[in-house]
Amino acid sequence: MPEVTVRKRVVTVEEIFHEGGPVAAMPLRRAASLAVIRNPFSGKYAEEISGFMDDLKPLGLEMAKSLVASLGGDPKIIEGYGKGAIVGQAGELEHGALWHVPGGYAMRELLGNAKAIVASTKKVGGPGTRLDVPITHINASYVRSHFDSMEVGIADAPRADEILLVLVMTTGPRIHARVGGLKASEIKGEDGLR
Amino acid sequence: MKTKIRKIVTFVEETHTEMGQPVNPPTRRAAAAAVIENPFAGKFVQDLSELMEIGEELGALLTERAVAALGIPGASAESYGKAAAVGEDGELEHAAAILHPKLGTPIRKVLGKGAALIPSSKKRGGPGVAFDIPLGHKDAAFVRSHFDGMEIRVNDAPRANEILVAIAVTDSGRPLPRVGGLTKDQIKGQDGLR
Repeated sequence: MPEVTVRKRVVTVEEIFHEGGPVAAMPLRRAASLAVIRNPFSGKYAEEISGFMDDLKPLGLEMAKSLVASLGGDPKIIEGYGKGAIVGQAGELEHGALWHVPGGYAMRELLGNAKAIVASTKKVGGPGTRLDVPITHINASYVRSHFDSMEVGIADAPRADEILLVLVMTTGPRIHARVGGLKASEIKGEDGLR
Repeated sequence: MKTKIRKIVTFVEETHTEMGQPVNPPTRRAAAAAVIENPFAGKFVQDLSELMEIGEELGALLTERAVAALGIPGASAESYGKAAAVGEDGELEHAAAILHPKLGTPIRKVLGKGAALIPSSKKRGGPGVAFDIPLGHKDAAFVRSHFDGMEIRVNDAPRANEILVAIAVTDSGRPLPRVGGLTKDQIKGQDGLR
């Protein structure tokens, strides 16, 4: 399979103090790591693409590590995660799906075998396309306070023959979470759901 | 602190390849942006000195955040720029009050020098508005390789009563500069121009 060629990397960190309500003692932080890579399958239909997932594993791990580092370096403070991809217009949506395994497992491994499925989204788009990356709790998908999302994008990416890969991590619930549901303190942690 | 901050967002971009050419070392630029309450939203106020003081606070805070995001000492920064996006209930003049009278001195203090004018832009817009921070070499405005810009946006800001204030800092110029002009090794650094 072809090597992974990275054109550009972007890391964005948001630190949220309040959203009109009480100022939080501990601000919520969300971070996104984006990598713009060449799409080795652009411009033609290729039946066999799945081998590229293995090639993406080192990049996935590197991006996950950069997120933990940008949030202070301690994996234990990470509570939410998500992932996504934007495929340039000479590619197909299926190319974005190549990111599920290397992106998802890199984060789960780094965060101590996190149990919940990594929420995700993907689309085909031009440079500057924005993606709302969904976020859920790393150990129990039903934790309502941690349902969140982070909008990301890069003005000059993805070009037609590129894929923009995204990983997102957060340090806690929405800043003024108050709509009930399963709480992080009630997680059983057996099935990744509750 | 006088400034009422809702949110701080940092962005780091690294360019590793461009048009198939390796960029080694990668060019890097960072922006730090604060979403603040506009104390004068929705009314005409003649005396804007409160916003000037807010600018002074943000000049230090955001420059420190940007160089920290790059992981470099302030003195290693090569170019800089500043910009503000004012929510719909504010005036362009509010952005001017933050950006122009007092923001620059603390920026230069963090970066050690900064003989050149800090390039700036401002606009009014709604949440998610994209704005381009102009970039120029911090000690000699005519260094052609460092004429650049960085687009940023924060999807939920500025709200009508807010101002989004951003400072960008780089440790490099454009990825593959080749249009001549003054180069950084020719800087005299006396008048801020050459």
